[in-house]
Amino acid sequence: MKRLIPLWITAVAGIVLIISYFIPPLQSWGEDAAIWFDVLAGIAFILGGGNILKIHLKKISDRVPGWGFSVILLTAFLLTLFVGLSKIGVHPNPLYPTYAWSGYYRQNGTPFWWLYEYAFKPLTASMFAMLAFYIASAAFRAFRAKNIEAVLLLGTAFIILLGRTFAGVWLTSWIPDDSGFAGLKIENLTVYIMQVFNTAGSRAIIIGIALGIASTSLKVIMGVDRSWLGSGEA
Amino acid sequence: MYEFLKNLDRRWIFMLMLLAVAIPILFELTFPEKPTGLAQAVFDEIEALDPGDKVLMAWDFDPASEGELGPMATAFTYHCATKGLKLYYMSLWPVGPQMVDDNIANVIKTDFPDLVYGVDYVNLGYKSGNEAVIKVIITDIRGLYTTDAKGTSIRDIPMMQGIENIQQMDLIINISAGYAGTTEWVLFAVTPYPDIRLVAGVTGVQAPLLYPYIPEQLPGLLGAIKGAAEYEKLVMDAYGGDIPPERKNKYLKGKLRMGPQLIAHVLIIVLIIVANLVYFTGKRRGEVS
Repeated sequence: MKRLIPLWITAVAGIVLIISYFIPPLQSWGEDAAIWFDVLAGIAFILGGGNILKIHLKKISDRVPGWGFSVILLTAFLLTLFVGLSKIGVHPNPLYPTYAWSGYYRQNGTPFWWLYEYAFKPLTASMFAMLAFYIASAAFRAFRAKNIEAVLLLGTAFIILLGRTFAGVWLTSWIPDDSGFAGLKIENLTVYIMQVFNTAGSRAIIIGIALGIASTSLKVIMGVDRSWLGSGEA
Repeated sequence: MYEFLKNLDRRWIFMLMLLAVAIPILFELTFPEKPTGLAQAVFDEIEALDPGDKVLMAWDFDPASEGELGPMATAFTYHCATKGLKLYYMSLWPVGPQMVDDNIANVIKTDFPDLVYGVDYVNLGYKSGNEAVIKVIITDIRGLYTTDAKGTSIRDIPMMQGIENIQQMDLIINISAGYAGTTEWVLFAVTPYPDIRLVAGVTGVQAPLLYPYIPEQLPGLLGAIKGAAEYEKLVMDAYGGDIPPERKNKYLKGKLRMGPQLIAHVLIIVLIIVANLVYFTGKRRGEVS
C-alpha cells in the first residue's frame, strides 16, 4: 500500500496532464492538477525545513566533525524563520489596520529586512563573486592545447571571450564594415558562433533531452520505473 | 621563470584577478558599446508598445546574480516606466520579490514619483511551484494570486481589475538566473500560446541554451552584462537626455561593469596562453608526457 498509492497518484496525475494538453475541453483538469502541484510545492517547504532540522540535530547530537557548522545553520534558520513568520516590527497593512499580521513581512527597518539586507544579500553575492577567482585558476590549470579538438575549443573560447568585450571590436576595427571580410570581425564571429554552431548543437541536445524526458515520464506514469519511490527503508 | 610559472601558487592568480576587477571599478573604466541585433530586438519589442499597455515583469533571480542581472532590471523598469506602461511584477524565486522591491525603490520611487502603486505598477510577489505556476496563471491568475506581495487583496488593486490571466499581457519581460526561468516561460507560456510575446535577460551561462528559441518563441535576448550594456545604450540614447548626470550612472551600471569584464577576460586569455607555453616547454624538455 505504501508504494501502491504513490504509484496511482503519479499515474492519474500524469495521464490527466497529458490528456488535458491534447484534448482542449479537458484543459481545466490540467489546471486543477497544476494548482494541486503548487499547493504541494508550498507544503514541501515545511518538509524541507523539517528535514534540515532532522539532519543537523542528528549531526549535533552525534558530535560528528564540523557539527559547529550545523549549530550555526540551525541558529540562522530558526532565527530567520521566527522573525519572518512572527513579522516582528511589522506594522499592519493600512487597508486592514485591525489585522495585526496583515503588514508586509519585509517592511523597511524590521529584523527580517535587516537579516536580508545585511546578511543574506552580501553573503550570497560574495559567494557568487568568488567564482571569478576559481575560473581564473581553473583556466590556468586545465586548458591545454593537447590535440586538434582542444585547439578548436580554445580558439572558440578566445573569440567569445574577446567578442563579449570592447577588446574584440578594437582588435579587428581595421576591417571595414562594408568589405567582404566584415564577417571576420571578432564581434561578428562571436554572433556567428553563437547563432549557428551553438544553436545547432543546443537544438540537438534539447531534442535528445526532450525525447529522454518523454520516455522516462512514460515509464514513471506506467509504473515501469519505480526507482523514484526509493528503497522503502526509513 | 619557467620553474616559477610551472609551480605557480594559485594565490598569485587570485591577486591578479582581484586587480583586474578592482582597478577598472575604482577608475570607472568604460568602453563604447555597439548594440547587437538581439539587444535591438528587445528594445524594439518594448518600443512597439503603447502607453497603458500591460507588461508582466517576471524577475526570476536573487542577490547572487544581481551583479549580472541588476543593471538590465534597472534599464527594463526605466524603459517601461518612461513609456507609461502598466507594470505587473512577479517572481518564481523566493527572494525575487525583494529584487523587485529594490528595483522599484531604485527607479520608480526615485525617478517616477508620480506613478502610483496599484494603479501603475504592482508587485504580485512569489509563488512556489516553478513551471506549474506559469501553467496556472496562463489561464487563471486568480487561482494562485489572491493578494499582492504586501498582502493587499487583488480585489483592492485597481490595475488588477479585469485581469484574468497573463495572456492579457501585451509583453512578458523575464529576467532569469536559472531554473525556474526563461526556459520555463518559453515552454509553458509561449509555446502553447504563441500569441504571447516574450523577451528575456539572462546570465551568461544560460544564454547559449536559449539561442534555439530565437526568434520565434524568444524574439529578443540580453546575455549577461554585455547584453545589459548594449540595451542600456539603446535606452539612454532614446530616453536618457533628461536625466541629471548625478542620477544617470545607475542606468549605466552595465557599461561600468563591462570595464572589469574586459580586463578579466584578457587576463584569462593571457593565463591560458602562459599555461600552454609552460606546458609545451615542459613537453620539449621531457618533463611532461
